[in-house]
Amino acid sequence: MTSLVEVTNMYFHYPRARIIAGEAAWTLEDISLSIQPKSTVGIVGESGSGKSTLVRVMCGLLRHQQGNVKFNGKDLSEFEGDGANDLRRENQIVFQNPRRSLDPRMTIRRSLSEPIRALHNRQPGDDEIIATIERVGLGREVLSRFPHQLSGGQLQRVGIARSLSVQPTILYADEPVSALDVSVQAQVLNLLMDLRDQLGLTLVMVSHDLGVVSRMCEEIVVMRHGRIAEAGRTDSVLARPDSNYTASLLKAARAASLERA
Amino acid sequence: MSDTSTITAHTPEDVSVSRLRKRLRALPITLYLGGTLISLFVFVVLVSFIWTPYPANKLNLANRMAPPGTPGFLLGTDRAGRDVITELMLGARNSLYVSVVSTVVAMFVGTLIGLSIAGSNKMLQRPLTRLVDTGLALPGILTAMVIAAKLGAGNTTATIAIIAWQIPVAARVTIGPARQILALDYVEAAYSYGRKKPYVIRHHVLPNISPLLIVLGSVMFAAAILIEAALAFLGVGVQPPTSSWGRFLNETQSLLEAAPYLMFFPGIAIVLTTLGFNLLGDGLRTALDPQQSRSGLA
Ligand SMILES: Nc1ncnc2c1ncn2[C@@H]1O[C@H](COP(=O)(O)OP(=O)(O)OP(=O)(O)O)[C@@H](O)[C@H]1O
Ligand SMILES: [Mg+2]
Repeated sequence: MTSLVEVTNMYFHYPRARIIAGEAAWTLEDISLSIQPKSTVGIVGESGSGKSTLVRVMCGLLRHQQGNVKFNGKDLSEFEGDGANDLRRENQIVFQNPRRSLDPRMTIRRSLSEPIRALHNRQPGDDEIIATIERVGLGREVLSRFPHQLSGGQLQRVGIARSLSVQPTILYADEPVSALDVSVQAQVLNLLMDLRDQLGLTLVMVSHDLGVVSRMCEEIVVMRHGRIAEAGRTDSVLARPDSNYTASLLKAARAASLERA
Repeated sequence: MSDTSTITAHTPEDVSVSRLRKRLRALPITLYLGGTLISLFVFVVLVSFIWTPYPANKLNLANRMAPPGTPGFLLGTDRAGRDVITELMLGARNSLYVSVVSTVVAMFVGTLIGLSIAGSNKMLQRPLTRLVDTGLALPGILTAMVIAAKLGAGNTTATIAIIAWQIPVAARVTIGPARQILALDYVEAAYSYGRKKPYVIRHHVLPNISPLLIVLGSVMFAAAILIEAALAFLGVGVQPPTSSWGRFLNETQSLLEAAPYLMFFPGIAIVLTTLGFNLLGDGLRTALDPQQSRSGLA
């Protein structure tokens, strides 16, 4: 079985960041991991550890400087030019903050039709748009509204609908619920899992909630200071953490859930 | 039965009329005030093409410096015996002409430059912005004098000078906000579904800085009117026999003792028009904000 995404010895730094800080200033260092088709992978790690950056490199929004990133067995550099749209169609992202990831001056209908217009060069039909919005549990009445007329949870559903409108193979969700009210977080996560099962998606989810990751993801990648501290099957990593770092994350998570209880 | 009759009493026309009324009432007062002033201004200009109380530059030598209220001369006459109302109407024409041409050109070119700089490579951004700042630092009146020395005084000189003055303003004002928008999540989202930078600038950045551009445009209109008057006042702008508020104002200078009230007429015309454009811009900005006119759009 070939991996859907294959990262080997990948290094990344933001433009200019390395020049200023010298050799050691990689944002991502020596990253190797592979993602199997239709698996669900969680990426955890403290703030600033490079989770969002890793996601953007894997889906081709940021260009790494060293190492290899392959999608479907093809190096990302092969998707340049005409192939760029293929890569974009197959790799979609759900962003952290739905209010900021939708243009306030576009109606929901317009925002939802954008990926199809951009990637398929056609205006999606009304049926298509309605099917897209109903799939995430919203009614067609939201289509004519602007983002400020929807709640955060509704907006994230729109964000999910938008990313699924082009039928991607792999969905990257970068902390999809951390900007949402606690009461709707579970709903949105359940929606993501349902859609993953229905559509046979590969799902990569960034989260700092180890509880969520252990429930949703069969595999886990623990990031620290731009490196992978630990990776493997979620149950075994969480049961017998190899690194002190994962253990301390677990401890912190347990403390937090005790506090909540 | 009576229930249904009250419902059918609301014909579709009634509903749409009441909705329209509600929508109009939700519009900001500044829009009405500014709109009224500017409509009046444009109306006067249009009328001046078909009718003025007296022909342009008709000298009524028997009635020089007639005070306001003189029969036949509602606002009086100037030193040469020209009817003040006629002069103001013709001057409005010149103000509108120069300010429309210069503002449209300067807004278009300046915004294009600003957006290009904001969308350019990070390495180029800083030097290009400094270049705009340099343009901004040039004293506009001096520029006008230099242009006048080359081209001679006149409306073309005034228009070019105002454009040269305003382009860096428009560019500088757009760079910052455009850069901010380019850093927002919905722009990254657009890239993630395959949009390219030109599309993003045209369809995400431009609409989202439009409130700013509207205000900028109205302020620039107002400034153009002031500058046109100033240049005419200094003798660099439009030349006789074309009427201009600025030149009118200039001529009243020498009459400060004989007819001090005369300076108020072009002065008030300039102030009201400038105010009108500023109010209109402010009102438009509020009215076009989707978050403000919630009821109007739902
Ligand atoms: N656009 C950027 N330019 C330069 N440096 C950046 C940029 N974005 C992030 N960084 C830096 O890269 C590092 C990794 O950031 P990243 O956003 O990937 O972390 P993260 O794990 O997603 O954190 P969080 O949990 O807070 O979202 C941080 O040190 C951050 O300061
Ligand atoms: Mg992040």
